[in-house]
Amino acid sequence: MAESTLLTWITFVPAIGMGFIGLFLMLNPLLKLPKAAMDNLSRVVAVVCSAISLGLVLMLWKEFDPSNTGIQFAHHFVWIRAFNIEYFMGVDGLSITMIMLTGLISFVAIIASLPWGIAKDDDHHFSKRAVPGYMALILLLEAGMFGVFCSLDFFMFYVFWEVMLLPMYFLIGIWGGPRKEYAAIKFFLFTLAGSVLMLLGMIALYFASNPSTLIDGTHCAHTFNLIKLANENDFGTAGNLLGMAFPKVVFIGMFIAFAIKIPMFPFHTWLPDAHVEAPTPISVILAGVLLKMGIYGILRMNFAILPEATLWAQTGMAVFGTINIVYAAFVCMAQTDLKKLIAYSSVSHMGFCLLGMAAFTEQGISGAVYQMWTHGIVSASLFLIAGVIYDRAHHRRIEGFGGLAKQMPEYTALMGLAFMASLGLPGLCGFISEALVFLGAFPVFTTLTVISALGVIITAAYYLWTIQRMFLGPLNEKYAHLPDVNWRERLCLYPLGAMIIVLGFYPMPILDLMNKTLHGLIKPLAQAAGL
Amino acid sequence: MSNLVSFGYIVPELLLGAMAVILFLLSAMRRRNLLRKTIFPGLAILGLMAALSVLVNRTSGGIFGGDPGCISGCSLFFGLLATDPLADFFRILVISATTICVLISIGSPALPKGRTGEYHGLLLVMCLGMCLLSAANHLLMVYVAMETVSLCSYLLTGWDARKCRSREAGMKYVLFGGVASGVMLFGMSLFYGLFGDLSFQGLHLALQGSGALSGAMGQWAATLSVVFMFAGFGYKIAATPFHMWCPDVYEGAPTPFTALLSVGPKAVGMALILRFFYSIFLFPGSMETVIGASGQIPWLLLIGIVSAVTMTLGNLAALVQNNVKRLLAYSSIAHAGYILMGVTAGGQEGFEAVSLYMAVYLIMNMGAFAVVSLVEKASGSEELQVFRGLGKRAPLVALVMTIFLISLAGLPPTAGFIGKLYLFAALLERGGFWFLMLALVGVTNSVVSLYFYARVLKSMYMEKADTDLPTIPIRNPAAVTATALSFATLFLGLFWQPLATAARWSATLFH
Repeated sequence: MAESTLLTWITFVPAIGMGFIGLFLMLNPLLKLPKAAMDNLSRVVAVVCSAISLGLVLMLWKEFDPSNTGIQFAHHFVWIRAFNIEYFMGVDGLSITMIMLTGLISFVAIIASLPWGIAKDDDHHFSKRAVPGYMALILLLEAGMFGVFCSLDFFMFYVFWEVMLLPMYFLIGIWGGPRKEYAAIKFFLFTLAGSVLMLLGMIALYFASNPSTLIDGTHCAHTFNLIKLANENDFGTAGNLLGMAFPKVVFIGMFIAFAIKIPMFPFHTWLPDAHVEAPTPISVILAGVLLKMGIYGILRMNFAILPEATLWAQTGMAVFGTINIVYAAFVCMAQTDLKKLIAYSSVSHMGFCLLGMAAFTEQGISGAVYQMWTHGIVSASLFLIAGVIYDRAHHRRIEGFGGLAKQMPEYTALMGLAFMASLGLPGLCGFISEALVFLGAFPVFTTLTVISALGVIITAAYYLWTIQRMFLGPLNEKYAHLPDVNWRERLCLYPLGAMIIVLGFYPMPILDLMNKTLHGLIKPLAQAAGL
Repeated sequence: MSNLVSFGYIVPELLLGAMAVILFLLSAMRRRNLLRKTIFPGLAILGLMAALSVLVNRTSGGIFGGDPGCISGCSLFFGLLATDPLADFFRILVISATTICVLISIGSPALPKGRTGEYHGLLLVMCLGMCLLSAANHLLMVYVAMETVSLCSYLLTGWDARKCRSREAGMKYVLFGGVASGVMLFGMSLFYGLFGDLSFQGLHLALQGSGALSGAMGQWAATLSVVFMFAGFGYKIAATPFHMWCPDVYEGAPTPFTALLSVGPKAVGMALILRFFYSIFLFPGSMETVIGASGQIPWLLLIGIVSAVTMTLGNLAALVQNNVKRLLAYSSIAHAGYILMGVTAGGQEGFEAVSLYMAVYLIMNMGAFAVVSLVEKASGSEELQVFRGLGKRAPLVALVMTIFLISLAGLPPTAGFIGKLYLFAALLERGGFWFLMLALVGVTNSVVSLYFYARVLKSMYMEKADTDLPTIPIRNPAAVTATALSFATLFLGLFWQPLATAARWSATLFH
């Protein structure tokens, strides 16, 4: 396991950028830069830092060896000896896909935060208000996201997990829409409620873990090291907790924490509010990366560390996945707000991940993780698209438009592409992941898979109906002057669109990265389940 | 240890007392403006620093390797005071807290200009009392030290005699405090009647083999007396149901003093509870068995219930406060509840957690009050609405306040999170059903508490001020102190190894 500081750089370059912006804010009473100069400076810092991170992520992709199931690019030293906490960063096939997604989506979101192409008189647009603060927070958020996916020490994971909350709270609460304060605090409280449960689960695991050694060779009574927790401990023998087997209790606590983030029914109610009120780039990050942390956490913690309890919860996960898919799809049918519709469609699509991974089959789990990727890029483009029309028309009521295809053909094409990818049209990336999930889940949960497949029909229905209402029919005269997509939006949407198509035909670049790790992860589970 | 030898161990207290006398004498002399402004705080800080350096010098060998100092049994003045890591740790805490209080007090409009000398003198005497209380090993000493602290606090709470609210708070505090210490004294006298002893060690021995406990009357009397004494202690730390005085007093007292009041007495109260319960009711060398006064009273469980009720009540009441000082008062009640979780958990880990949380709480809570004091100074009020738009007109102050608030809410990467981690870890390591339930109540409370801390954040960043509010000057000692404390909060959140070592050392008495 060769040491490398690459992951540390990826994570902390955005944090350095944030520090840089903060430094300039502190020094501004001396420098006396005009507001416009400060704004532009912070924009440049944000773009540059996220670009550097993205570049480093690409380097990581290039150097990564998919045939190796172990941890690569580890950066490992003792952090706090008093609690046996280590600074431990590393990637395997599961986390590298998420790190790539994070780098990509964050960069896109920062580009989407530039005021380029926004009408000059629109001073209340989020991209023109308190820019240094916004850019600093988005960089902190990016650092937090990278940190979550890179950490292999539970404590570090938890710290990064929580570090994301505060910037998110402010980004929604300050730059958001009309009900921003409500949405922000709801997001904050829901997520915190989950994370304190994870905190208890983490401490419980720590105290139940076997004696081990730290990286510098000193002996420790317990460990937070996720790899050691998974490989050197059998929590099945840890006795009872609150009258239930230890792994089950810890599993439930941590599962709720992650389920809130996914979000899984019935913990999903924060999501529509947060998405609708958040400014476009924040919705992009929220849907593109933050929701994936829930699934990532379940795979990294619950699956790897508590296999007995995972087996026990298998059917439960599949059932909740199905509920997510079908229930959220029906809710989508009833939406009149475009952004809310996309938000609920996210809930629906994250259900596929749950269903896929609960099957413990190779296709199922690959499909689930691939679904995280495809949903990451598809929902990011969907939110960007919703942002485009909101910037122009200042509302998002689906009924309020009509006939836009004539006025904005390029926009219509992009939206059509994203919608089709989201509903799983063959040839686009959404199809591959959904097909893999269904393939994997069908032998195990036949009924649930059939029900979920019916959910796909509803998905098609609400998307096509939306297209019909927004783009077909007579043009609403109010919007006869709407300009088509501008270059900033093209810069965000075209690369994502290209990826949607390429990954729809050739998913191997992503699948190859993760298959080995994922199959190693579910092999013991599949054997125990007798599959 | 004999009296003469013992004096060598209370040099910090002697220094504090001497400096207090100097301050009182100086303030009786003719006053010059310049003198008043700089020399009184200067002298007070000099005294505090001298005491602190003596303490640190003596203990540093103990904290970081080497001789762990006098572990139990090193008692001074024939058993009145103990000198051990626990006492030294909390002494360092209260002296630091008083220093911070002096720094925030500089230029505060809540303090009448004419009486700065007396103000600082009283602060030092209060600090002296707190030092003695954290080392008290004898019920007589407990009473004397506690009254010293209380009398000073009564005076300092009503210090701003121009304000009706301050006078009222002082009066309320006297009434509540008088009743509480009376009840406590009654409990102590019952103990003395039963066992004929007041020193903790003596009581411990007496409880194990006393004939006084053989009858039902004796058992009831002993139980009652412990409950009465706990009323006195609980009043000091503002634990439910003895917390009623807290919001009014905190709100009425001059803000810089509120900062000290919310930390100092609570810290020494915790030290006292630890020492009292664990040196009287435990078999030596065993953390598991707690002998109740009547054989089997589960004192720790009762403290656990007090803890759960205290934090729940504090947090729920804080939800609806519109005055930031009152909000922080209720939050400090809640924090007393959190810290009691550590007392309940007991053992090395529990004690460590209490010490560590107390240090962290000192930093973040005094920081938050320092910011309130700054805002109050600039805008003349501490209502939530004067915090509106703070993020725009005073970004640095708002940022510092944000750090304190998220730390109080217990979010990483701040010290408050580390404190909570230690408390929950102590509970979970103990295992058992009730400990887990208490931990669940604790985490639920953390979530609830986030709501009202976030209300302050919301005011600062998301709401616009209705009227023109003044900006906040930051070139003054209070602002610098607050900023330094916020750095400490962040630093300890990321690297708390030194504090953990010190906290562990403070718990060595109970190995």
